Amino acid sequence: MSLMSEVGQKAFNLGVPLAVHLDVTFRCNERCVHCYLDHDDHGEMTTAEIKDVLDQLAEAGVFFLTLSGGEVFMRRDLFEIVEHARRLMFNVKIKTNAVMIHEKEARRIRELDVDTIQISVYSHRPEVHDAITKLPHSFERTIKAVRFLQEQGLRVTIANVLMTANSADHLGVQKLAAELGVHYTLDPTITPMMDGDTSVLSLRIPGEELPEIFHNPALVGSQEEFCAPPKPPAAEDLEGYSCSAGHSFCYISPYGDVFPCVQFPLPTGNIRQQKFLDIWNLSPQMKEVRSIQAKDLAVCSSCSHLTSCTRCPGLAYMEGSMRGPSTADCEKSFYRTGVPTANMLQQGLAKPRRISGNGAPLIQIRPVAVPA
Amino acid sequence: MPENCIYIARSSAIAARALAGEMMVMNSADSTFFTLNEVATVIFQAADGHTPLREIVRDRVCEQFDVDSEQAQADAEQFVAELSGHGILLVSNQPLAAEAP
Repeated sequence: MSLMSEVGQKAFNLGVPLAVHLDVTFRCNERCVHCYLDHDDHGEMTTAEIKDVLDQLAEAGVFFLTLSGGEVFMRRDLFEIVEHARRLMFNVKIKTNAVMIHEKEARRIRELDVDTIQISVYSHRPEVHDAITKLPHSFERTIKAVRFLQEQGLRVTIANVLMTANSADHLGVQKLAAELGVHYTLDPTITPMMDGDTSVLSLRIPGEELPEIFHNPALVGSQEEFCAPPKPPAAEDLEGYSCSAGHSFCYISPYGDVFPCVQFPLPTGNIRQQKFLDIWNLSPQMKEVRSIQAKDLAVCSSCSHLTSCTRCPGLAYMEGSMRGPSTADCEKSFYRTGVPTANMLQQGLAKPRRISGNGAPLIQIRPVAVPA
Repeated sequence: MPENCIYIARSSAIAARALAGEMMVMNSADSTFFTLNEVATVIFQAADGHTPLREIVRDRVCEQFDVDSEQAQADAEQFVAELSGHGILLVSNQPLAAEAP
């Protein structure tokens, strides 16, 4: 086990919120076709409120802080927030479309020793990228920003969300990232809108196209290992937990609402009304999320994929029960290994059902991998 | 002030947080990640740039832990050399100003 995994496990066991994702705004200068947010300001936290939240998070033991949105640079006080976060010695990661990053901003990010900047790039073809963001010349501006950041010696990751409009472009984006000398990650997750509208799910790439991704060694490492049939779960595996959501990770919205995860819309409290640690330690919803072990999962506890599935309790919650299966992850497990899941077998499906509008994205990427 | 007086300060380029008495430290330049044991954590927390290392060892380490002072000083110097090599601590024979992000 690596040192990082050991620390993650320790935080998980102690119930310390090691990592927090904080959206500082939902406002954005792009209008991406697949975005799950509305972009109005319904009363986002002030600079002083966010600084207070950061003070509380530091006191609670948070080490990894992701600042995201919306577009973080829509906040004129972003650098004041990052400065405060760095003064409190957080490891800071920023997620952005980078359109508003020029030389000056890149230099400031370097001065503040931000750990990583993750930038959304949808295609290596400007017309495809701009058609997704609906912002003319956004590709050009984003790539220019990547170069500015690179010149400062910063660690940049290109995040490539895959959907029908760009499903053929991931190899091109991967090549572009290599040319730019930055990291690349692929995310085939399309999430329902926050108001429950599932129309954006029609943009998901079909499950049948997933094996191509899962069999790409450049993305998954050892294909043999990644796509291996699941090993039967041992008795102790039933005592395990799903993921770090609510255990050592949580999400805070620009309005101060605290959730177990970005993809787990179960309200647990609001930081404008309660102290963060009171929500984290005492919220009945947080406690319930934390209590769920593999043996409590209605269908998944008998599934051969139990130990290797990326089952997301948040997606399961959106499907109806946080103890139920997450169909999206069932599909992922099936297309990765070719072995049907218990959920699929129970439903008499020889292969995963084509789902329309069930509220679940195809694949979820877990926030911080902490082995249970 | 002795000639070999060592002053230490935490670099502003790092991230750090205590977890159950042990300090997690990461250097943002290369993402090197460390955890410090209790004694190392005490030294790290006392690295304010103007308290000499010898004083930190005498007043903090030897006060809190049952250790031989000469051995503690030698171990502390080795620890400081190692962390400064990774850019976690700044070392000088003059007092250091605290780095601000």
